[in-house]
Amino acid sequence: MQININSVTKRYGDYVALDGVSAEIPSGSVFGLLGPNGAGKTSLIRIMNQITGPDQGQILLDGKPLKPSDVNRIGYLPEERGLYKKMEVGEQSMYLARLKGLDSKQAKVALKDWFERFEIQDWWKKKVEELSKGMAQKVQFITTVLHNPELLIFDEPFSGFDPINAELIKNEILELNRKGTTVIFSTHRMESVEQMCDYIALISRSKFVLNGSLNEIRERFRDNTFKLEIRGDHSESQFNLPEGAILLEEKQDANILTKVVRLQGSDTTPLLKAGMELGTIQLLSEVIPSVNEIFIQTVKQSHE
Amino acid sequence: MNKILLIIQREYLSRVKKRSFLIMTIVGPILLSAIGILPAYFASMPEPDRTLMVLDQADILDMDRGTERITLKYLGPPANYTIDEAKEQFMLTEDYALVYIPTGSGWDPDFISKNIVIYGKEEVSLGIKSFVEDLIRSKIEDLKLRNQGVDPEVIAQVRTVVRVKSINIEESGAEEESIVEGKMVIGFIFAFFMYFFIFIFGSQVMNGVMEEKSNRVVEVIVSSVRPFQLMMGKILGSGLVGLTQFLIWIVLSFVIYTAFTGIFLADKMEAIQTIAEQSAGTENIEQLQNDGLSSALSFLDSLNVPLLIGSFIFYFLAGFFLYASMFAAIGSAVENQADAQQFLFPVTIPIILSIVIAMKVAEDPNGPLGFWFSMIPFTSPIVMVTRISFGVPYWQLGLSMALLILGFIGTTWVASRIYRVGILMYGKKITWGELWKWMKYGG
Repeated sequence: MQININSVTKRYGDYVALDGVSAEIPSGSVFGLLGPNGAGKTSLIRIMNQITGPDQGQILLDGKPLKPSDVNRIGYLPEERGLYKKMEVGEQSMYLARLKGLDSKQAKVALKDWFERFEIQDWWKKKVEELSKGMAQKVQFITTVLHNPELLIFDEPFSGFDPINAELIKNEILELNRKGTTVIFSTHRMESVEQMCDYIALISRSKFVLNGSLNEIRERFRDNTFKLEIRGDHSESQFNLPEGAILLEEKQDANILTKVVRLQGSDTTPLLKAGMELGTIQLLSEVIPSVNEIFIQTVKQSHE
Repeated sequence: MNKILLIIQREYLSRVKKRSFLIMTIVGPILLSAIGILPAYFASMPEPDRTLMVLDQADILDMDRGTERITLKYLGPPANYTIDEAKEQFMLTEDYALVYIPTGSGWDPDFISKNIVIYGKEEVSLGIKSFVEDLIRSKIEDLKLRNQGVDPEVIAQVRTVVRVKSINIEESGAEEESIVEGKMVIGFIFAFFMYFFIFIFGSQVMNGVMEEKSNRVVEVIVSSVRPFQLMMGKILGSGLVGLTQFLIWIVLSFVIYTAFTGIFLADKMEAIQTIAEQSAGTENIEQLQNDGLSSALSFLDSLNVPLLIGSFIFYFLAGFFLYASMFAAIGSAVENQADAQQFLFPVTIPIILSIVIAMKVAEDPNGPLGFWFSMIPFTSPIVMVTRISFGVPYWQLGLSMALLILGFIGTTWVASRIYRVGILMYGKKITWGELWKWMKYGG
């Protein structure tokens, strides 16, 4: 499912939560919605889920404006999530599935499938309050994806999940994505973004400050920084820094000398030459900024 | 629409399956019928036979023997005993109490009546005390009358029982006997039912909303249904639970009451009948029974039962919806009971006001107080049901119902606008100003 966000604005009284944001999320992609707390991520996600409506602009699904029945095509795991504590797992899962438009037969079949897959068949008659937190999280995940949504939206999916379940959930999300489900997730944890996302958008102060494919964005943020590792103890020797280059970092560890240098251009020949004068070069690699660095840098810039 | 049915279904089943519902359903009718049965049952329990020792120094009781169950035993001649001697004597016997009637210096009935003492080995029962008081009062009254030269026989003849039959003349000219007391009772019962129902089920709605919010399940749900559907589903579901409970109560109370009176009070009834037969003869008793039956029937006849029940159910549901939506809005705005208090206050005021006004209105059902408060949607559910059994002009009933429907559409609209924002709002100190802002949010 392709999603177009067309200059969406949302206000709460005088407060502007989203200020004319636009983005295109290609079908079948994993889209990361990044931003500091309070930037407007959850507001945008709630609009996509039709929990609230935009004041201006619109969301298109496969080119058509959102309509009420579209909630059945979307699976949503909110950041603030939970289950009815007094209800039995099976009964509750059936209820949530039917609210997503499945009839009881379909719901039962799909639930059996997932319960077998997670090996939790014997939880069916348990009350949610009897489950551990990790167990409840599994149930919650199942109820989110049960109706085979074309679009899955996760708000901070890994917050509150223990590492083992987080890994499990991550793999399940990627598996669903391989089968064609478009995935949007919002997070402020950058490591998961690098592992999972094809596309990202960065929200800061109610606006998209960055938006595009992950590789393209990282390409854009390359600044000709290279890491050079030279074998041997050469701390005493003179290192001829190429013209215009800046030495960012230097380290001698055992007999490996490491230097991080920002060059003026992308030509690494002068750097290699300078290194060879000192000893054997073990490694030369480009230091590509992490999403985290891009994030911090961009947010800072946007605040200036 | 299908989804709202699912919500109603879940709401209904989860509440009906709760143990507290079962308990309320069983205990309710027992309490209700107990209110009806217990006074009659206790009244029918015989008091044990008792003997009272009397030191009648004023010689006022005239050696009265007492009744079948309460025997009076006189110490005499009274002048030979001091009260201390009498007490000693009393402690040696099995007698229940010692009644001391002093004369004082002169023989003054007002002095005597104020200085009578009952001594008991344990707390003297209220029944005995009032028996003694009644007996002495009538004796003293007789004496005083005689002193004034009036024959007590004359007084007995003068004493008159007044019963006023009130009859309504319809516009058609037909006359209808009205039984105000019965109608008042019906009005009170209706009003109290409404009062408890709104309070109990209204706060259940509030707690349900609060529970969903604090469980954090609510955002999952509203990604499948509109917040308005969720709110209405919860209100309708709870309303149906209330209606179910109410109907079960009515049926069970009736069954329990009938069974109880049949089993425990049957012999008592027979006893009354025998006594009546002995004193009045068989013909009269039938006459009496027919009178009772026909007056009960004519009372029922004087009520428009379908209208009564129909409009009760209407006010029952509409009044509940009106308040439940406000309770839901409060539940959505807060995260715990303590925070709810400040918002509950203004909502409960009109409910409490209604029941106070209903008490007044029952005395004057068609006065201006009754009229105006049965028009205001916030008070009409309770005030109008109090009036209905007295007969309310149709135009008033219609206007009140229309206003109530408008009222509940209004509160539901306002409540749903607060609700949709409130359920997703955490960790914020909520004020009235905040609620007002939420209401104005778009989308």
